Amino acid sequence: MNKTDTRFSATRRLILQGAGAVALVGLGNIAFVNGAFAAANDKYPEDAFKQKTEADTIKTLYGKTAEASDKVKLDAPEIAENGAVVPVSVTTTLADVTSISFLVSENPVVLVASYGIPAGTVPSVANRIKMAKTSNIVVVVEAGGKLYSATKEVKVTVGGCGG
Amino acid sequence: MASSIRVRATAKDDITEVQALIQHPMDSGFVKDAKGEIIPPHFIQELTFEHNGRRVFVADWGGGVSKDPYVKFAFKGAKKDDDLKISWVDNKGATDSTTAKIQ
Repeated sequence: MNKTDTRFSATRRLILQGAGAVALVGLGNIAFVNGAFAAANDKYPEDAFKQKTEADTIKTLYGKTAEASDKVKLDAPEIAENGAVVPVSVTTTLADVTSISFLVSENPVVLVASYGIPAGTVPSVANRIKMAKTSNIVVVVEAGGKLYSATKEVKVTVGGCGG
Repeated sequence: MASSIRVRATAKDDITEVQALIQHPMDSGFVKDAKGEIIPPHFIQELTFEHNGRRVFVADWGGGVSKDPYVKFAFKGAKKDDDLKISWVDNKGATDSTTAKIQ
């Protein structure tokens, strides 16, 4: 593991952002600078990981709203004895899936994980997440430019984010 | 130090199933230690899987992913003995990567 000093990393990020901005300005796209940062798909969605509600998270991450769909299959336990490790998986029969995100409504940060699904990758993901308390788990699938979701309540006996 | 990443990638027909387990504290920044002091956030933000230079799976994670995270997915277009490159970067700028042979 290469541990990099935090300050150095922050500096490097600033330099890179600065370099990117300068490059864009050089192309004469001054007004485009902000948009370019927001639209870059590869960029870590920092703002989405700061939202406190389900609706705000989905809006920040995708800029639109999701509709419930029975084509999204969310598999999670009814009761989680340990909120620190809750196994959750999702599969979908929807075509042209580009992204799958996991949200926990009652967590201090609602967004847990967001996965990019390029063409050729099967729209199915399993992972393990933390839950602060009994809450809905919401899975959002982006397919063909639209958002579809599935929700399931999981009862948590011991929270994973309290301490 | 041994790699923080353990991967098993198995090709069957055209589908390669990938399971990855990474050693990382994944501190969310909301948990207090025994002295009542907040443990600062320390979690993996981006995890990338590449096959032949093409990204096949990208994870953006927050502090809500469990300690020593596990993820499973599958993709098409790879065969046995191909390389799969896995890398992550956390919120403190630390990184690690490994290359696994598809079995």
